Order: sequence, then structure tokens, then C-alpha cells
Amino acid sequence: MSMVWFLIRRIITGAIVLWLVATGTFFLFFAAIPVATVARNLAGRAASPPVLAQTTRYYGLDKPIIVQYGHFMGKLIHGNLGESFYLQEPVTTIIKQDLPITISVVIGGVLLWLISGLAVGILSATRARSLFDRFATLGVLAGISAPTFVVGELLILFVFVPLNDHGITFIQTGYNPITAGFVPWLGSMILPWITLAIVQAAVYTRLSRGSLLDTLGEDYIRTARSKGLTERRVLYRHAVRAAMTPVVSQLGIDVGALLGGVLVVEQVFGLHGLGYQVVNAIPQGDQPVVIGLVILAAAFVVAANIIVDMSYAALDPRVRIT
Amino acid sequence: MSVTEVQFQAARVEDAPAIAIQGRSQWQLTWRRLRSDKVAVGSIVVIFLVIIFALAAPLIAHLTGHPVNTAYTGIGENASGNPVGPGVHGFPLGTDQIGRDLLVRIAYGARISLFVGLLTTALATIAGVSLGLVAGYFGGVVDAILARFFDAALAFPFIILALALASVFSPSLAIVIGVITFFSWAGISRIVRGQTLSLKEKEYIEAAKSLGAGPMRIMFIDILPNLLGPVLVLSTLYIPAAVTFEATLSFLGIGIPEPAPSWGNILSEAQQFYHVAWWYVVFPAAALLITTLAFNLLGDGIRDAIDPRTERIFAGGKASRGKRGRRRNKDGGLSLDQAIVVGQQGDQTLDISRQPDVGGLDI
Repeated sequence: MSMVWFLIRRIITGAIVLWLVATGTFFLFFAAIPVATVARNLAGRAASPPVLAQTTRYYGLDKPIIVQYGHFMGKLIHGNLGESFYLQEPVTTIIKQDLPITISVVIGGVLLWLISGLAVGILSATRARSLFDRFATLGVLAGISAPTFVVGELLILFVFVPLNDHGITFIQTGYNPITAGFVPWLGSMILPWITLAIVQAAVYTRLSRGSLLDTLGEDYIRTARSKGLTERRVLYRHAVRAAMTPVVSQLGIDVGALLGGVLVVEQVFGLHGLGYQVVNAIPQGDQPVVIGLVILAAAFVVAANIIVDMSYAALDPRVRIT
Repeated sequence: MSVTEVQFQAARVEDAPAIAIQGRSQWQLTWRRLRSDKVAVGSIVVIFLVIIFALAAPLIAHLTGHPVNTAYTGIGENASGNPVGPGVHGFPLGTDQIGRDLLVRIAYGARISLFVGLLTTALATIAGVSLGLVAGYFGGVVDAILARFFDAALAFPFIILALALASVFSPSLAIVIGVITFFSWAGISRIVRGQTLSLKEKEYIEAAKSLGAGPMRIMFIDILPNLLGPVLVLSTLYIPAAVTFEATLSFLGIGIPEPAPSWGNILSEAQQFYHVAWWYVVFPAAALLITTLAFNLLGDGIRDAIDPRTERIFAGGKASRGKRGRRRNKDGGLSLDQAIVVGQQGDQTLDISRQPDVGGLDI
């Protein structure tokens, strides 16, 4: 029951945050600059005077700011994010088209970075100060210092280019939809995933290692051992589970960073996902796309944080939702 | 020699065996520990070299005879119009896609990177420390309002704001500095606020109050010096984060606009030339990696020097961002990491205990 209440409360808070983001977006794009500029931004630099007038009417730019705000929010609630003048398509259509690419990058990347980060972290913690531990430490350091796009570019230069030059075409840049076959899809996704994993796994390695070392020192672990449980069972059933709490909370924090990472990775590997669209909408001055995707990104962050909070309780029996 | 004379001499201050019992301040001890840390000393040397490299950019341009934005379409490109490699036609690191000297551009890029990194960190530190002190010291409504600001700035994905700003105003150095500063101060504020909350209850603050010290004096003279350690560590770690941040924004085309060189926009242009000009990617990438790694290692070294109790096996930058959770020290005191965690957790109004990251800068 408390779980339901918690969920309801989090959804309400999330909705308030989204409302704040939408309001902030509205003021940044509509209220902070002159109406003529807004119309030009929304209709495109090359728009003719009739088109500008039509845009002004469509968005109600000639009305008082509060009416415009009502307009903006009203359309938003109905899921209408406006229309890209550059691509001549509704923003929602663009989202529907390109979301699979971004989701492919995100899910595979997160899985790979979590699995590699946790595996190395757990191995390091159970073999603290061993050669493996020290070696992992070195890798963590390099991963932490490296910007995502540099890792991506170096992977292309030192993995993709030599392989392609030698006729091995499994790894590709650009996107192959999964409907075109699993192997081509995997080939187009593997380097983006590895890039995200290299940059992010480092944090999770250290986090899981430190957290697991702490947990292994707790009294209830000694109790479990003295009950005669196997070390394996103590480690995986008792310690790892509780040690995952900070890892999950870090995952919630990294959702924002993940957006940035995906943006960069799509750019580096030529994947025409949502991040690519928004970055390319900026030099074209395609503001409806930017506005729509900014709000979508905020919604994603809010939703991800709710999910992360929910999974605490599932992981660590000591956490009680109030 | 009379007895009185001997006694008199021995009693003279100058004759006391002063060397043996010289007192050392906390900072002297820290500096001594830092000096004995080979990795930290090495990273200081590297950082100095990068700074010299950046300062010498006009000199490098003069020595090579290649101004930063001059395109040598003839000698700077090969027959098919691609960049020429290192050492060809007097270009030490080769050229870029329109025949500009890559070495000169990387040197000028270092100026941008260091300028942005140091300036934003300085601004964020000043803002973060002041607001954190005010929030922690005054508490109540002031604190509640400021704390919401910290949370918002920490939780908001920076990249979204950067995109929105770049879309409304055209990209510029000022926007880059503004965005990075905006996303850096909150982390420092949280730490300072948390520490201030606990320090202001100490007896010596009560003593200062009873002597008639005002809030400004207590905050900046009595409390602040005790916080310099964590602040210094965090600031050192924010520099590489800000450098990375700037490079990423420039890479995405929403940072430093061409033709001004930034490591980020050089690497963005370099993407067209993987097959024909490896140097175009490798050299700016190396400059960026060396710089961020050196600052991360230095920040780590400073943390270990300030608080020798921290475990030194994980020499990573973000270790210092307070992820070590509940580790207890043998003497029961708070380590710097724990202080950072406490700072983050102070007065949590969230439903479940969380340990938010100090920085919102990761990319």
C-alpha cells in the first residue's frame, strides 16, 4: 500500500517538475526574445512574410504572453509538439521514426556498462588489492578521464578503420534497423555500446567495489557465514544485493549524463536518432524540434528517476519506503 | 665564565634548539605529503607543461611561421586536397582539412580549454562557497530556498539547457562559460552547506558569537578556513570536468564557434578524415586526454594529502566525489569522503536515502 502511495506521490512530483521544465522552455523560446524573432525561429530563416504571418497566428504570437502560454501548454497536453519546418513533418512523427535508434543505443549501452562495471567491481572487491584489482583501477582511471566523443573517435580510428581496411565488415557505422537482421544491427550498435560502457562502467566498477567491500564488513554477513552458508551464497544472495543500492542510485543520477552520452555517441557514429536530430536542428534553427525533444528528454529523466527510486526497495531490504 | 652567565645564555631564545621542535601547519603537512606522492608531482609537472604550451601558442605560431587561422591551401594539402601528415612541408603535427597548422591550432585550443576550465571553476567555487555558507549558516527559509536551487541545478541534465540556449542564442564562449558555471556551483554548495551545518554548532563559533562577531566574520573567517580542504579537492576535480564539458559542447557545435580553435571543434572536424589523416584525430585527442588525466590525478593526490586516511587503491577522479559511503575510519572520525557524503545528505527531504552525485558534469 505504501508503495502505491509512494508511486502516486512521485508521479505528482514528476508532473510538477515537467510542468516547470515546460514553463522554463516556453519562457526561453517565446518570452525572452522579441515576437518577430520567435516567429522567424519557429518558421525558419527563409520563411516568406505570409508564412511568418501564418506562424504568428498559429502560435498566437500576437496575443498576450499569458494566452500564448495557455496555447503552448494546451497543445503540449494533447501531445502536439508542433511541426519541423525543415523536415516538413510533425515533431511527433520524427520522434516515432527515430526513437528505435536511440532506444537501441540506450538499452544496449546501459546493459553493457552495468554488466561490465559490476562484474569488474565484484571481482575487484572479492580479490581486493590483487593484481586484477590494481589493473582494474588503472582502467577505471582512464575511463573516468576520457570524454565520450574522444573514446568514440579513437574506437573508429583504431578498430573500425583497420577492420574495414582488411575487409572485415561486421562492424559498421550508421544505423541498421533490427528488421534488416540481427547481425547487421549488432554490427552497427557494438561500437556505440562499447563507447558508452568504457566511459560509464568505470564509475560503476569503483562504486560496486567500494560498496561491496563495506557490505562484506557488516554484521549480518558474519551471521550468514556463521550459519554455515557457502561463500558463494553469502556473496550473491546477501552481500551483492544490498551493495547494489548505491549503484542503483548512481544510475538515477546518470540518466542525465546518459542523455548527453547518447547525444554524443549518435553524433560520432552517424546514428540518426533523436540526439542527432536535436543537435542538427540547432544550426538549422529548427526550434520546434529542439523544444519538443527538450521536453521529451525531461520526461525521460523524470520517469527514469521514479523507476530508480522504486527499485531501491526491491534491492535492499533495509530500505523502507515511507 | 660565571654560573649566572651560562644560565643567562641558555635562557636566551635564540639559543634554544629551534630546529628540532618546529611546528607545522595543516597546509605544510599537506604540502609535504603531496610532494612525496610521485603521481601527484608528475601530474603537476604535466599541468605546468600544458599551461606553458597554452601560453606559448603565439610563440609557436611565430616559430612555425603559421598563424592560427591561415589556411595553406597549397603546401598544407596533398594532391587530393587532404591534410598533410606530421613533418610534411614544415607542419610538425600535420595540417587540418583546409591546410591549417594542427600544432598551432592545438596550442591555441589549449588556451580555450584551460581558460574555460579555470575560469568556470573559479566562478563556480566562489558562488558555491558563498551560497553554501549562507544556506548552512542561516538555515530556515534561506536554506530551504537555496537547497531547492542546488537540487534543481544538480538534477537538470546540463546538455538540455546547453542545447536550448544554443538554439535561442547563437553559440559563444560566454554561453559556454555560463552553462558550465551554472552546473558546477551546486555541487560545491552542497558540500559547503553540509559542513557549515555541523561546524556552526561547534563551541568556537559560540565563543566567536559571544565576542560579538557578526555573521559575515563567522562565515568567512571562522568557518570557511575549515572547509578549504574539501573545496580545494572538488575544485581541482571540476577543472577536468569543465575542460571535458567545453570540448563536448564544441564537438557538438554548440560551444566555441569556428574558426576559433578548441580541442572539441578540431575533433569534430577531424571526423571526416579517419581514413586519410590519423594525426588529425590522435593529436588533439591526446592533448585532451593528457590534460584531463593530469587534473584528475592531481585532485586525487590532493585529497589523499589532505586526508591520509582515505584508502589509496582507487586513484580515480570521481572517487573523491564521495562515493565511498559508509566506510568507517579506525579512529571513528569522518574522512573527507564521508564529509562530502554527509554534505550531500544533510537535511534530505527525499523519501529514501540517496547519495546524489556532487557534480552534474559527467558526459
